[in-house]
Amino acid sequence: MSSLKDLRNRINSVKSTRKITQAMKMVAAAKLRRAQEQAEAARPYAQRMQRMLGALSQSVEDQPTTPKLLSGTGKEETYLLVLCTADRGLCGGFNSNLAREARRRINALVSEGKEVKVLCVGRKGRDQLRRTHGDYIVHTFEDIASPQLNYDAARMVADYVIENFDAGEFDVCQLVYARFRSAIKQIVTTLQLVPFSAMEEAAPGQEDAQTGKAAEGESAGMDGSVYEFEPDEESILADLLPRNMAVQVYRALLENNAGEHGARMTAMDGATRNADDMVDSLTLTYNRTRQAVITKELNEIVSAKEAMR
Amino acid sequence: MAAFRVGRERGRVRMAEQGKISFELVSPEQLLLSEEVKMVTVPGASGVFGVKPRHAPLISSMKPGVVAIHREDAEKADQRFFVDSGFAEVTQERCTVLAEHVIDVATMNRSDLETELKNAREDVADAKTDKERAKAEQRVAMTEHKLRALQS
Repeated sequence: MSSLKDLRNRINSVKSTRKITQAMKMVAAAKLRRAQEQAEAARPYAQRMQRMLGALSQSVEDQPTTPKLLSGTGKEETYLLVLCTADRGLCGGFNSNLAREARRRINALVSEGKEVKVLCVGRKGRDQLRRTHGDYIVHTFEDIASPQLNYDAARMVADYVIENFDAGEFDVCQLVYARFRSAIKQIVTTLQLVPFSAMEEAAPGQEDAQTGKAAEGESAGMDGSVYEFEPDEESILADLLPRNMAVQVYRALLENNAGEHGARMTAMDGATRNADDMVDSLTLTYNRTRQAVITKELNEIVSAKEAMR
Repeated sequence: MAAFRVGRERGRVRMAEQGKISFELVSPEQLLLSEEVKMVTVPGASGVFGVKPRHAPLISSMKPGVVAIHREDAEKADQRFFVDSGFAEVTQERCTVLAEHVIDVATMNRSDLETELKNAREDVADAKTDKERAKAEQRVAMTEHKLRALQS
């Protein structure tokens, strides 16, 4: 049995760990709220861009000059996987879940004989993939969410993707991120960026926005046929598509950000609770040991006195 | 009824309609403005145009310039925003402007912009690679646009 001093030390160390996890939980909760507000604020832009894109792609549908970002290269040889993860750990299975999905996807594509390239956004994704799939990683963006995640960071990622697409580095681009459902549930989601499907996009949209969106979509469809375009459909589309990509990336990053903080909050909550349990059981052991020592000493005194008689 | 189209130059704008349009100014980060206004002028890619109620449906890309909001009086702009680029969507009853970077002209400062312009020009001169130069040149152009917005 460990000595009283050892036990006391352990109790103290668990207590200070608990203080840290508790503080981290509260920080994560505050950040989560901010992240959610940010995601909420970004929604109008995405919705309106979606509406315009819908009207535009309707009117260019049958033309052969459709931009490549929309129609694809006509091949499906090389895949670019954009893996969005957090930059920091201590958030439960958040990063591992994303990395697992990426790994599964890479293996599936490779076994189909496709070429795969991986772009990591977030340090943890790269760290986890490096051991097993390091050769596929072409580039990593780190710390783009600090001190604050903003649109320009997403724009940077999107510009990189577009630059490589224009250079013919890949044919299909998919984005792997965690969709924020609640603080305890994040859903690993894959979104196709190139070739981008304007129609399909409405499906994975936020649930609460869907009803409003459906109504809006209808009215946009109605005037969609009579829109005038300045200067013309193609050049607007050529301008709009890269921006739309940035918006998609931005949304994914925002969802990821909220998910990360949610996951961390849950993980730290669990850790705090575990620390509580541990302190309780250690304190019990400590008290028992202390009592045993006292009983033993009493025994010794009594028996010594008895012997001296 | 035929859609009412306001002329391209602000001088030709007439007070024909009493109604208002719902105007929205949106950046990727947030919805900046959403209100009923009398008229809006937008720096379209092929010329500045004004939007009043029952404008013909239009989608236009924008060039760097000023979005001016006329809340009550079509002759006088109440608030002016500098936008770097983006898109405007106009229907009969609403006008939506999407822009990546939006700055309220009232918050812009001439001397700051002039220093920025000087710095950007120095960067062009100091640029070692083509990429750096292109970036710096873009900064010069953008600052010049901002200064012009401040002057107008």
